Order: sequence, then C-alpha cells, then structure tokens
Amino acid sequence: MPTFVYMTRCDGCGHCVDICPSDIMHIDTVTRRAYNIEPNMCWECYSCVKACPHHAIDVRGYADFAPLGHSVRVIREEEKGTIAWRIKFRDGTEKNFLSPITTKPWGQGIPQLADQAAPSKEMRDSQLLFNEPKYIRLDDGDIHTLESNGLKMKAGVYY
Amino acid sequence: MGYSTIIEDNIDVLVCGAGLGGTGAAFEARYWGQDKKIVIAEKANIDRSGAVAQGLYAINCYMGTRWGENKPEDHVRYARIDLMGMVREDLLFDMARHVDSAVHQFEEWGLPLMRNPKTGAYQREGRWQIMIHGESYKPIVAEAAKKSADKVYNRVCITHLLMDESKENRIGGAVGFNVRTGNYHVFKSKTVIVGAGGASNIFKPRSVGEGAGRVWYAPWSSGSAYALLIEAGAKMTQMENRIVLARFKDGYGPVGAYFLHLKTYTQNGMGEEYESKWFPSLQEMVGKEYLDPEASHRTHRPIPTCLRNHAFISEVNAGRGPIHMVTMEAFQDPHLEEVGWENFLGMTVGQAVLWAATDVDPKHQNPELTTSEPYVMGSHATGCGAWCSGPEDVSPEEYFWGYNRMMTVEGLFGAGDAVGGTPHAFSSGSFTEGRLAAKAACKYIDDGKAEGITVSDKQIQQRKEEIYKPLETYRVYRNEITAGSVNPNYINPRQGLDRLQKLMDEYCGGVTVNYMTNENLLKIGLKKLAILEEDLENIAAENIHELMRAWELKHRHRTSECVMQHTLFRKETRWPGYYYRGDALKLDDENWHVLTVSRRDPKTGEYTLEKAPCYHLVSEDEEK
Ligand SMILES: Cc1cc2nc3c(=O)[nH]c(=O)nc-3n(C[C@H](O)[C@H](O)[C@H](O)COP(=O)(O)OP(=O)(O)OC[C@H]3O[C@@H](n4cnc5c(N)ncnc54)[C@H](O)[C@@H]3O)c2cc1C
Ligand code: SF4
Ligand code: SF4
Repeated sequence: MPTFVYMTRCDGCGHCVDICPSDIMHIDTVTRRAYNIEPNMCWECYSCVKACPHHAIDVRGYADFAPLGHSVRVIREEEKGTIAWRIKFRDGTEKNFLSPITTKPWGQGIPQLADQAAPSKEMRDSQLLFNEPKYIRLDDGDIHTLESNGLKMKAGVYY
Repeated sequence: MGYSTIIEDNIDVLVCGAGLGGTGAAFEARYWGQDKKIVIAEKANIDRSGAVAQGLYAINCYMGTRWGENKPEDHVRYARIDLMGMVREDLLFDMARHVDSAVHQFEEWGLPLMRNPKTGAYQREGRWQIMIHGESYKPIVAEAAKKSADKVYNRVCITHLLMDESKENRIGGAVGFNVRTGNYHVFKSKTVIVGAGGASNIFKPRSVGEGAGRVWYAPWSSGSAYALLIEAGAKMTQMENRIVLARFKDGYGPVGAYFLHLKTYTQNGMGEEYESKWFPSLQEMVGKEYLDPEASHRTHRPIPTCLRNHAFISEVNAGRGPIHMVTMEAFQDPHLEEVGWENFLGMTVGQAVLWAATDVDPKHQNPELTTSEPYVMGSHATGCGAWCSGPEDVSPEEYFWGYNRMMTVEGLFGAGDAVGGTPHAFSSGSFTEGRLAAKAACKYIDDGKAEGITVSDKQIQQRKEEIYKPLETYRVYRNEITAGSVNPNYINPRQGLDRLQKLMDEYCGGVTVNYMTNENLLKIGLKKLAILEEDLENIAAENIHELMRAWELKHRHRTSECVMQHTLFRKETRWPGYYYRGDALKLDDENWHVLTVSRRDPKTGEYTLEKAPCYHLVSEDEEK
C-alpha cells in the first residue's frame, strides 16, 4: 500500500529518505518535501512511516485492489520500547494494538566482540562459534556431532 | 560523468548485503578476527534492509534442545521430507546444531521472545517456530553488526565481484556504486561473504499497476545473491526449486501462525474440506514414500508444502474456488484475535491495510487465500543457491573442500538465501549461516590462503565503464525523441522488468500458465532470455536511482537464466505445486534423486550441468 506525504506536516528532514529499503522516498526539488517516487516498488513496509518525526507519511492501499477510506497508523517509540497501531476500517470500525519492540535499553545488551578474550587455538580448530557450547543449551552439554547423535551420512534414497 | 572512485583497500572480510545472513557474518567475524578489517557494503540502510525490514512475528527455526524439544537431525528430516528429499543434509545439520545459540543471544540483546506461561519455555507456534514481538528484529541485529564492523557503507549497490588475477578462481573483492551520490566504490578484500538475499519479481506477479510492489518477498530482493556468484563462475545448486506460497489474497499476509497457533483451517468455496481428495492421484505422481497421509497423521510427519499447494491449485482449477481460511471460530477468542492482527502488523502490514480497506474482519468473515507467483530463494521452504562446502566433521567428500560455506570460488562465502540446499533456515538459520561463514573466512585468511591477491586497475576501470553505461545510453539517445519513454534505441528498467516477468511466467511456469512448463517452452524461454540480454546492453537509466533498477534487473535476468537452465535439466516433476514439467509429470527417484549443480563459464557464458549425489543423514538403526 504505497505511501504518500502530507504537505503541511513534512519539513524535508530526510529521515524517510535515509531509511526506505526500496530507495523510493525522495525529496522533491521544488517543494523541498518528501514523496514516493515509485509507488509500484513500495512494499508498504512502514519503515519510513515509523521513522518520520512529524507523522507526515501515511499509506493509502494500492489503487488496484484496496478501496478508499481506511487507515493504519503507527507510533514506534524506542525509549519506551513499544509500538502502537491504530487500524480504521472503511466502515469506521477501529482496532488498537500495542506491542513491545525491545526488552532492553536500546542497543545496550549487545556485546562488543573486539573486547572479548581472544579465542584459543583449540576453540578455533573446533566447530564452536562465539559463546558456544554454552549458548546452545545453556547447560554443560557439548555441540551435537554425527557421533554424539549416532548418525551417518549415506548416499542413496532415504525418505 | 563526475563520479569519484572511492577505494577501500586491505579488507579482510567484506560482507555484501547485510540482511539476516550478512549481519550474522559481520557480528561473528569480529570474534575470530579481532584485528581484521571487516566492512559491510549494503544496498539500503542496514537498520531496515532485506526481507526482515518490517519485522517478523515468529522465528521459524529454533530447535529447543535446551528444553529437550528437538534434536538437529529431527529438523533435517523435516526439511528433507518437505523438499521431497532434495536438500544438503550436512549444511542443514550444521545450521540446526548452532541455531539455538543465535536465538539465545537475540533474547539477551533485547528481542522480545514470548514465553509459554505454563512451561517457561519459548512460546511455540509450531514444532519449529517460536513467537516473538519482532517489529525491531532487523534494527536489533543491525546494532550487533555495527558494533563489529569497521565500516558500514549503506546505499552501495554491489554489481560485480572482483577476481584475483594472480590465481585463477580466487576472489579479490567487489565493486558497486552509491545509489545516492553515484560514486563508484571499490572494495579490495581477501574474502567476500555474500548475503544479498533471494529474488522476487522474477516471475510476473499477480498484482498489477500501482500494486506491483505487493509481492511476497520484498520487491528489493533482486537476486543479487545469485547473479554475483553465477557471474564469478561459482557453482549453483537446486536453482529450479522455486517456491509458490499459499497466502491471504492480495495482501500476501503470512498464514503460519493462523494454521499452527490459531488452528484455523482451509475450505473450498462450498465450505468443504478439499485437500485430502487430491491426495490419491497425487500419490500416483510422487509415490507413497513422499505422500502417505495416514502415516503422516500417525507420526506427525508433515505433508510437503508443495503438495498442499497442489491440492489448492487443483481445487481452484476444478472450479470450486475460492479457498477460504476459516478464521471465524478462532477469532471469537479475543487473545487469538489479537495474535492474528499483530501477526500482520509485525511482518506484513499491508495485509492489515487491505482488510481495513475492504472491511474484512476475520471475526465475522472468512478471508480468501491465493497461491502466489513463484519466488527464487533459499531459506524458506525452498533451497536455491550456491554449491557450498560443508563442515569438516559432517560432510562427505563430495560436499567438502576446506572451508565451511565456501563456494567453489576460493575466498567466496555465502549465508542465507545465497547458500543452496538449505531450506527452512529462515531468519535465525540465515544469521547462523553468516556466523559459520565468518568463522571459516577468518580461518581461510589465517591459513594464508589469501596471500598475494592482485586486482589490476584495468579490471577496476572496465567494471566502472560497464556500471555507468546505462546513464551514457540515456544521455546519447534521449534527445532523439521529443518526450516520453518510447525510444527505438533503448528500454528502461521497468520495461525490461515487465519483459522478463512475462517471459518467465509464460515459459518457465508462472501463475498465468498454472505453473506448467516443458522442454519446448524452456528452450524458447532460454532463447528469449538471450535476446533480452542483448537488449539489456542497451538499457537506459535517467538517473542514479534508475541505474540501481537497471542493475537489479540485470541480476534478476542472470538469476532467471540459471533457473531456466536448471528447470530444463531436471526431467521430472519433483515438486508438484511449485511447478510442473508437463513432459515429465512424475517424480522419478531412479534418475533424479540427485542434486542439480550448474556452472556458467564466465568467459563464454556457457552452462554445464551435472548431477551430485544426495546424501542423507541416517541413524544407526535405520541403516539397511
Ligand atoms: C514476508 C516474509 C515473512 C517471513 N517470515 C519469517 C518468519 O516468520 N520467521 C522467520 O524466521 N523467517 C521469516 N522469513 C524469512 C527470512 O526473512 C529470510 O529467511 C531471511 O531474511 C534471509 O536472510 P538473507 O540474509 O539471505 O536475506 P535478506 O535478509 O533479505 O538480506 C539481503 C540483504 O542484501 C541486501 N542487498 C541485496 N542486493 C544487494 C546488492 N546488490 N548490493 C548490496 N546489498 C544488497 C539487501 O538490501 C538486504 O539487506 C520471512 C520472509 C518474508 C519475506
Ligand atoms: S513503506 Fe517501505 S517501501 Fe514504501 S516508501 Fe516507506 S520505507 Fe519505502
Ligand atoms: S521523515 Fe517525514 S518530515 Fe522528514 S522528509 Fe520524510 S516525510 Fe518529511
């Protein structure tokens, strides 16, 4: 459902341009405001809608199969860790939903691997990845192998 | 044209495309290569790029060995039966034994995974799927990649890989251009990990006009993961194994949670169960080994996705459409209703928009389903991609050449959709494959395999000219006509894409021909693709954005050619419901219980195809 931009709300900040995965939100050189340059390559992914600080972007269902008169609005707040949706049907019905988007202060739960103790030669020669084997099962168990699981690789027809 | 050339030199690990596979690769590479130079080149912005840009509501690949739920080999057997036998079981086993460790890290990073209040384990949607609040899945994994990478180049579309000139068949980096500034970017690197994602928009979509962006896989999935590799001379596997999806009509909203968690079910236009009546005739096509509803019922062995599609397609063709999803029962429960809606909002918002627009409230009305156009990808219920080495402790000789996830070009690795024979990896498995590839790439460098790489200025200059040619073509011929887009000297990217989609649809088994093709059609299709390739030499781009579309089209074209070659090679119908070879309508295990492997000679453009043995993971008591 392609995006469009409300003239009075957009200030041309370019956040939508920066985020659109399809590279179709561009700033119009005359109005200095954003618009969707290629609606038929829009995935209605809402990345730009979520990123716009002025809620200037909205979505109108694809003309070829979506009737007019609906809306799906969203507010995503990283500080609160939530996303709120409001769906309005053509007949006026409304539905609201609120979901978490993270359980941690943004970005802080992720380790800096450059600061980790360097892996030993033994670890390098093993099949293990960072934090393994511990993180596979969160107990003392080791990684699964063909041997540990009593398996063989055999050519032929097996179902 | 005044574009600068920006050279990034001395890279150890270059990640091309940072979706789920690429972010996994960049993250993990830092651990094994703490002093190595790790660089990401990404067409969009890694915070919201790839198939997961709008989020996911489920992680579809999680073993749960921690809760004693499944063993890796259980997942391998599941993927095997779902893909009618045709999978790389070494790669699958390897992915499955590591995947939980990725998921446990996601939780630690802040991704909200739902828990089952009774057991404390992750909330299951199905045997392999766990439910998440995943709107921010992509930005979270992107944070991890950003913490590990030395540099992230957003908005750089990679067009070609660079080849080493001192040693044949060895990688030397990649080139592309910035889709905003237009600058030419050269990345000289010892290893390259390609995670550039699968291919949508190769077959004509059901949606038309303004709605043409409403495809199942994202419209920006341009098949680059395949074209880059094919052009570098890497061997590809299972490229015929495209996927067709049963989804909510028009919006292509996901159905997984509806079937598995909400326990909704399908019926035909008359309100009847229809699936089982197609199974006897289907059993004749594929054999009892692959379709045995009674045994499936007893053992919970799933009916392969393609075969369920077959029943759907056949029922509609018999005039008893549309197929409905029966939601009216489940949606009476407010909790399940909420799950149903949030499922869309978390990963396919457009379906919610469509239901709002058409006043479809699934509580009061059963929505329609449809089968989609085919897609070429390698991490969902299909396994297209490169022929890669497996891990040394699992892979038989034919599947092993030194480094895990390395392709048949030295120093070239892959993850996610790029790796062939590994369906059902999904988001978590793709990320895991990236991690595996990164470790192996670091080892490859540490073993001294990347010494003395030469990439000449000539190679770099040649690629530059090639890349910008569409802008030049436009400049030269545009003023020969008054106005408009009809020009006798060139076509634009949209015109070229329409032509590609039409011919793939009609000759290679798209929706308008009910997924049907045969040898004659494929041979004509290949001829038309060759002529289209000539015309793509005369593609014109009005600006840098169109230049990106031109290169996406060229990548889609190369991918299509490989798909067509593979489809011609496999003379059987292995996956009824994905596509049919009308001249060989039966599954033929005697001749075709093999993986198909192709290589395009980069110098001549000729393809060679071969059969590779299909190894299966067999437990000691199964051994005959
Ligand atoms: C609608 C939908 C629903 C899904 N549902 C689920 C689900 O519920 N659970 C689940 O686990 N999985 C799900 N999946 C599958 C999952 O999203 C994929 O398996 C996974 O994203 C594949 O990872 P990848 O790295 O191969 O590709 P992607 O994640 O698509 O990443 C590809 C990256 O490469 C970049 N790129 C492309 N071309 C170039 C180029 N030329 N140069 C530079 N960069 C480039 C792209 O911008 C992108 O960042 C779903 C997918 C879709 C589309
Ligand atoms: S909805 Fe997505 S694809 Fe469409 S313009 Fe916005 S960011 Fe781009
Ligand atoms: S993000 Fe919003 S305000 Fe900024 S340019 Fe885009 S539409 Fe305008």
